[in-house]
Amino acid sequence: MSRTATANGLAHGRPGLWRLLLNNRLATLGLVLLLLILLLALAAPGLPLADPDLTAPVDRLLPPLSPGHPLGTDALGRDLLARLVWGTRVSLAVGISATLIAALVGSLVGLVAGYAGGRVDMLLMRAIDTVMAFPYILLALVIVAVLGPGLLNALYAIAIVNIPFFARNIRGITLGLSRREFVDAARLSGQSGRQILFGEILPNVLPVIIITISTTVGWMILETAGLSFLGLGAQPPQADLGSMLGEGRKLLFTTPHVSIIPGVMIFVLVMSVNLLGDGVRDLLDPRLKSGALTRPVARTAITHQVPAVTASAAAPRLDVRGLKTEFHMGRQIHRAVGGVDLRLDEGECLGLVGESGSGKSVTALSIMGLVPTPPGRIVAGSARLQGEELFLASDARIRQLRGAAVSHVFQDPLATLHPLYRVGEQLVEAIRAHQPLSRRQAEERAERLLKQVRIANPRRRMHAFPHQLSGGMRQRICIAMALANEVKVMIADEPTTALDVTVQAQILALLRQLRQARDAAILFISHDFSVVSALCERVAVMYAGKIVESGRTDAILSAPAHPYSQLLLQCVPVLGDPGRRLAAIPGQPPRLHALPTGCAFAPRCPRAEADCRHLSIALRPLAGGRWVRCLHPLLEEHGSA
Amino acid sequence: MPEQPLLTLREVTRLFGGGRTLLGGRRPQVHALQAVSLELAAGETLGIVGESGCGKSTLARLIVGLDRPTRGHIRLQGDGRPTARRVQYVFQDPVAALNPRKTIRRILEAPLIHLLGMERGARQRRVAELMAAVSLDAQFLDRYPHEFSGGQAQRIGIARALAAEPELMVLDEPVSALDVSMQAQVLNMLDELKQHFGLTYLFISHDLSVVESVSQRVAVMYFGRIVESGPTRELFSHPRHPYTRLLLDSAPVPGKPPLGLDESDAELPDPYNPPPGCAFYPRCPRGGVRCRQERPLLESKSAADSHTAACHFPLETSFGNP
Amino acid sequence: MPAYIAKRLLALIPVLFGLSVIVFLMMALIPGDPASAILGSYATPENVARLNRDLGLDRSLPEQYLIWLGNLFEGDLGRSYSLNRPVLDEVLERFSATLILAGSALLLCSLLGLLAGVVSAVRQYGWADKLITLLVLVGISTPSFWLGLLLILLFAVNSQWFPASGMYAIYGGGDLADLLHHLFLPMLTLSVVATGVIARLTRTAMLEVLRQDYIRTARAKGLSERRVIYHHAFRVALVSVIPVIGIQAGFVMGGAVYIETVFQWPGIGSMLVQAISSRDLLLVQGGVLLVTVAYVLINLLADLAQSLIDPRLRR
Repeated sequence: MSRTATANGLAHGRPGLWRLLLNNRLATLGLVLLLLILLLALAAPGLPLADPDLTAPVDRLLPPLSPGHPLGTDALGRDLLARLVWGTRVSLAVGISATLIAALVGSLVGLVAGYAGGRVDMLLMRAIDTVMAFPYILLALVIVAVLGPGLLNALYAIAIVNIPFFARNIRGITLGLSRREFVDAARLSGQSGRQILFGEILPNVLPVIIITISTTVGWMILETAGLSFLGLGAQPPQADLGSMLGEGRKLLFTTPHVSIIPGVMIFVLVMSVNLLGDGVRDLLDPRLKSGALTRPVARTAITHQVPAVTASAAAPRLDVRGLKTEFHMGRQIHRAVGGVDLRLDEGECLGLVGESGSGKSVTALSIMGLVPTPPGRIVAGSARLQGEELFLASDARIRQLRGAAVSHVFQDPLATLHPLYRVGEQLVEAIRAHQPLSRRQAEERAERLLKQVRIANPRRRMHAFPHQLSGGMRQRICIAMALANEVKVMIADEPTTALDVTVQAQILALLRQLRQARDAAILFISHDFSVVSALCERVAVMYAGKIVESGRTDAILSAPAHPYSQLLLQCVPVLGDPGRRLAAIPGQPPRLHALPTGCAFAPRCPRAEADCRHLSIALRPLAGGRWVRCLHPLLEEHGSA
Repeated sequence: MPEQPLLTLREVTRLFGGGRTLLGGRRPQVHALQAVSLELAAGETLGIVGESGCGKSTLARLIVGLDRPTRGHIRLQGDGRPTARRVQYVFQDPVAALNPRKTIRRILEAPLIHLLGMERGARQRRVAELMAAVSLDAQFLDRYPHEFSGGQAQRIGIARALAAEPELMVLDEPVSALDVSMQAQVLNMLDELKQHFGLTYLFISHDLSVVESVSQRVAVMYFGRIVESGPTRELFSHPRHPYTRLLLDSAPVPGKPPLGLDESDAELPDPYNPPPGCAFYPRCPRGGVRCRQERPLLESKSAADSHTAACHFPLETSFGNP
Repeated sequence: MPAYIAKRLLALIPVLFGLSVIVFLMMALIPGDPASAILGSYATPENVARLNRDLGLDRSLPEQYLIWLGNLFEGDLGRSYSLNRPVLDEVLERFSATLILAGSALLLCSLLGLLAGVVSAVRQYGWADKLITLLVLVGISTPSFWLGLLLILLFAVNSQWFPASGMYAIYGGGDLADLLHHLFLPMLTLSVVATGVIARLTRTAMLEVLRQDYIRTARAKGLSERRVIYHHAFRVALVSVIPVIGIQAGFVMGGAVYIETVFQWPGIGSMLVQAISSRDLLLVQGGVLLVTVAYVLINLLADLAQSLIDPRLRR
């Protein structure tokens, strides 16, 4: 997947945040509840409530809905409603103050430790670790034990035990940020350490602080109530919700309402805080924004009516027609692939060339349904493997074909191998998913495969974990895995991009050798023309989701027909030809959610004319089995090249 | 050299780690950069090539002053250590190099305030000039970095580097993170800026063809050392170190099949425990006993020759590009 | 692996040292005359004299610490003046009850939390996910001490299915069935919040893992969805959930303070509350020390379990 396709998902502007928060129904509910409770607590002095501390032995333990006492009275005849409102006020004040103290001190410790690093970091974090080595509530108990029971001491205790949460969280983020390039850039702009910490890093840490606050406030209110419940917080006659509950507990069997009512209040209060907190977190967490927390299903959704197959005698290995794949992100639809035709014959290697966002990877992943859904979906087209329609096949059938008839090699071999299993196990798993072999037999086969991809000492390498191997070695393992079963079509998606030049040359040489030994067809995807030309006899150039030119590699290299192909070839320096002026392509690549009508390249094209901008342009044949999607190609149609 | 070079590095070494643990055990030490010496004349472009882990980024950070050498020294013409005022840096990842929570204007103003102490009015004029220099519309000034493409972001990065009016710019893989069609834009722009402002470039890249096209002199790095250096044309057509040869053979060229010369799957030596001899020895087709035991020095064939290589058995045959 | 274990054990030393200092300072920092403060209402002249002798309270702070530490290594945690018996005896007796309660609650919340989290992630946005998310939200918003009261009211007072308090029946009983009968309600109450937290984090961890490239690889290999989720994804998610379970052990042991009070469970939590109320600070000190050391050891186990699953952590 290209990075740019998801990067510009939601714009985060200040005014939008509130609206987004209110779009979340549960968060809105939490906000409304919390506001009501806050209002009630703030207005308590002005409300027509009874004196919460006024004892009236005659009216003791009245049930709810008694005249003059809507919620009844407690063991001393005090009005429960008044006590509830005043208690809520105290609980809120203590919970929120504790959170703010913990957030302030903890964040400061975290910021300083994360930014300073070295000895300062070690000392601060050792101290934090020691505090965290105590079971949470126990430490609060210890502090209260030392300071003595009382509301203020409970507040300190709760604040202190929560400092480590903030400190650790913020330190982690700060540490990550202070290694980022923009911090180095600020340093090179002459800014001092303090300016960088508070001017550059803090604004980026702030959302995390807010998330941590919003997800811990509820917890702190609970903990303060807990200490009061045990009689260690608010001391009579002062009451918070916890101490009301604690007093009511003794009367649980006879008059349960005295303890149930404050409990309900704590529950509602904490629930509203948590609802709101979750909403805030969802809003600020970049993982949620980028869709990194939605689960992709096993196979890409196919939303269109796929035409049934009419059997043909000489079906090619792979035949893709009119493939369209889209990403639905919020209200935007990114048309990543907009009608692609591909044909691969036995033993053939087709190169798919394009820049990021051109749709080349999405095309490749669509074939076996590996585009993540959500947000991806296939909305048109067909893909046939030796005549069999893949878009109509059952999930079970697709599973049978994946890794057997059609196998994949991906870009970054460290990310694509499972980090927790030995590479041998992963190979054996791939073999046994498709062949009824015993573990021993599969292991022998795995060893043979490793030899085929020229890994020395294969038996020992099988016991290695991916992180213990070099990049080239890991990619060899991935290739071995792709060859594990009777492969008909191998899809290689930028398999050498993450590798060093010398290793890239090795892998390309290996792929060439393997091609000669097997009849598998290869779909080879790359952004680099020269890499593709090293392996593929045919090449297709993609731009903005469409193939703009296809044909024999050498023919396109020597005389490109599409202006984009030509510029793509001329804009990179070529080794051994340093004097050449590079032909820069002006402008920016198009946005996939707002593609222009007509040719997508027209706004950047030196040959574009008026008709390019409104006509939809078809792929048209040229001589020598070449095709071009251009109204004004560099070669004449059907003419001599 | 008739004139004093703009930048001089003498035996610069950078070790990471080391020291002792709390319990007194020795911490492992990585030799990121070992005894690197080089000179850079004003107005010249020096290319540094090498694969990942060769120490080229460590070198860049040392030169711009983001890091200090463990041993050796770095001098600028005139007075001592490089300062942000005279040496600036262009980062590999252009988007990561811009603070996501600051507008472009604030990003560009930072060096003007902190390095040049400019007044408000002067700043505004200068910021507009900078945007024009990198051909960006001044209306972008109040936008945030996420609204820009990689190519645009890199131009902002270049504008920020220019803001301090430096003499030397260290360009650390300035186009590797960009799309092919954006690379040429940035490369051409760098070329124009160099002419216009009379800059000196240290251009670091893993891409031989890019380095070949931009630099007058090249230094090839392997495992923390310079293994070969010389005038670009000379070095690319007559490489003397087998590693340079391997790099040139491995680089993909349109229409040229891969050679895959290097069949050994030997890896880089252990950086915690560098070998006594030549680091390239395990992969070298020409290596002998001497290479394993004795480290080759960076030497030229004759005193007048500026083409040097660190190899006991340098290649003598010419290597021509078709 | 043995080298790694040795390394972790060594790393424990500074943590235990830090702990002992904090626990020791807890006594030393009490304002006023420490002996009378520690003894509280038991500050008879004999007791004060004895404590001053035992703890060397007239000496410098580091000396006091060394004396205290020396006593500690001999198993002498001082004497509880409210109970008039050695702290160690009382604490150890109480500790087994807490261990049963907290251990079973931790087991329950780990199993339930992992299960709920995985189901929730796999069925993201389905009704099961919505239900679990709601339950989790309710769970982590409920004060456990109040929940305990409600459960007593419902299942012990009204329906009398379970006993309202204690660990064994007073007459008869004493066997395992009796213990489990008594254990059920407090264990359930104690595990609610931790279950919610673990379920939530498991869900997030699973969702994050399911987006990774190696999951795509697993699918591209043609593995069944069941194998992809339970063999490939869950294992990685577990690596990030295990430390959370370790931390939850602390919350569960701390939460036992409330639950033991509510259910009158004869554990260390209810002992601590009583000890604080009667200002029997040596008893508090001993109890806190023991529970904290247990917590540190549990986290060590979590650490080791984590590195057992993830080879990258064994360095």
